[in-house]
Amino acid sequence: MSLRTLSAALLCIGITVALGWAVLDRPFPQENVPERVTSAMPESGVDHPITAVLLNFRSYDTLLEIAVLLLAVVVALALREAQPDRPEQMGLENPLLRAVMAWLLPLILIVAGFLLWAGAYQPGGAFQAGSVLAAAGVLLRLAGVTTAWLDNATLMRAGLALGLLTFLGIGLLVMIPGAPFLTYPLEYAGTLILVIELTLTLSIGLTLISLFRLTPPYADDPDEAREQEAEETP
Amino acid sequence: MPWLDLLLGLTLVVTAALALAARDMFRAVIMFIVFGLLMALAWVRLQAPDIALAEAAIGAGLTGVLLLDALGYLRRPFGSRVDKPEDRP
Repeated sequence: MSLRTLSAALLCIGITVALGWAVLDRPFPQENVPERVTSAMPESGVDHPITAVLLNFRSYDTLLEIAVLLLAVVVALALREAQPDRPEQMGLENPLLRAVMAWLLPLILIVAGFLLWAGAYQPGGAFQAGSVLAAAGVLLRLAGVTTAWLDNATLMRAGLALGLLTFLGIGLLVMIPGAPFLTYPLEYAGTLILVIELTLTLSIGLTLISLFRLTPPYADDPDEAREQEAEETP
Repeated sequence: MPWLDLLLGLTLVVTAALALAARDMFRAVIMFIVFGLLMALAWVRLQAPDIALAEAAIGAGLTGVLLLDALGYLRRPFGSRVDKPEDRP
């Protein structure tokens, strides 16, 4: 065993022991957080504790998460090579996928809508619904379906930013009557959360689709690629 | 169902190890997707259905697709990132 392997192994064991110690030695929670959430549920505007925490009690964290997602897609846009988007190159040579998509797409959209709506009272919500939407986008892309509105750069960017802007806008709007940032008034909380989740679903879906679409088209046949490589290097 | 949970935990460790140890990248990605789906099951068993949904949709589904996409990209020879020469206007 070389010295490098040995030191790497020692480092890994050290980190594992430190992590284990940290988990075992963590301070006992001073307050009963689940109980506090349960007692505050009537003020949240939704019936599902997770959604209440994500979009009301700790909505600042979610806001920053969405900002990070937007930042990631902006970087991907900036890194993208200047080459035309060619859906016909991305599509797999598979007529079956195209045919199945005609049946699958409405179902996927219904599932996404259900997940979004269900978030108010059971597991579900914007992130899950958005990723289901994105899955539909990826499948459409693989089937080689062209969509004019996805290639419209201005519309696409507006869609990407919509979620964060709505979230921020509502967060700021509630400050007009004098409430703190992102503190929804009790009577409108449910509606505001639904509006935020709706726009977030759209933006998250578009973000994830973009991250997939911004990668260059598929590789050529690996064997052909190897042959090319052999030709280039004498 | 303690035996089922034990089996699930063991399978998780095994698929994680297989994903890390696989020499073939494609096999590693497939093992990662399997790991993600089993992890979603584990979250359900831990009574965290919200995380299970996110794990299945993002961890196994979209990350798997992105990894497969990156794999296809890596297999191309260096310097042929843009279209083929005959396609250029």
